[in-house]
Amino acid sequence: MFAQGRVDNTEAVRHDFVFQGPLMSTPDRPLSPHLQIYRPQLTSVLSITHRATGVFLSFGAVALVYWLVAVAGGEESYLRMQAVLASFPGRLLLFAWTFSFFYHLCNGIRHLCWDAGLGFELSVVYVTGWAVVVVAATLTIATWVAAVAL
Amino acid sequence: MSRGGLRTPLARARGLGSAKEGVSHWWRQRLSGIALVPLGIWFVLALIPRVGADHEVIIAWMASPWVALMLVLLVVVLLYHAQLGLQVVIEDYVHTELTKLALLIATKFLAVVLGLAGVLAVLRVAL
Repeated sequence: MFAQGRVDNTEAVRHDFVFQGPLMSTPDRPLSPHLQIYRPQLTSVLSITHRATGVFLSFGAVALVYWLVAVAGGEESYLRMQAVLASFPGRLLLFAWTFSFFYHLCNGIRHLCWDAGLGFELSVVYVTGWAVVVVAATLTIATWVAAVAL
Repeated sequence: MSRGGLRTPLARARGLGSAKEGVSHWWRQRLSGIALVPLGIWFVLALIPRVGADHEVIIAWMASPWVALMLVLLVVVLLYHAQLGLQVVIEDYVHTELTKLALLIATKFLAVVLGLAGVLAVLRVAL
């Protein structure tokens, strides 16, 4: 599915596109290829997933505040919140938040390593990328198994 | 005195950029991210044995000073980190100036309101 260490997107570039608008003075100039004609690669998919999980986790922060407020509000509001979270959509959201948390955590650590100048070789980028996916999935399942068992 | 005075162009440029804040946003995003590593792991580990627990069990847990401290830190740093991240996403993808401004303001205000609500909730139980 993913091309490792190899970029052969060039043949997909649309050569037949001719710019006809009035703004560019040189319509024959080759255009930079747009995002949608690149074959998805592990690196780009993980990158956009980091953003998507970050946005999704922001809604999780709202849920966290709701949880705290419901606990502080007394037993009645706590039980109402419990019912909301235990419903099927509630569980689905919690599961998605669990995976998003572990993914964003693992990939965030990967980003911090890059910030420190570590792991920039393409082969290492792919190894850590797959490691993030596997570890995040494993921790998600382990968390839910533990939560059900305990 | 003319703009910049005796300062060299490098001195004026250093630490700044087109946004006039240099690497401040980037650095705050990393710092809050680093802080959230232990806070987030602690929270998930703390929740696992308390799923579906009775109200008084959660209250007793939350009333402990260390738990209250960790929860306050978690809520504040999480919302701080979230609004920094959402700001970048909005700036990258929303190109209508009015919509962008409205979303940025809403994000910042909501983060403050939710952060204060979370902190007050913990303090109400803990104090």
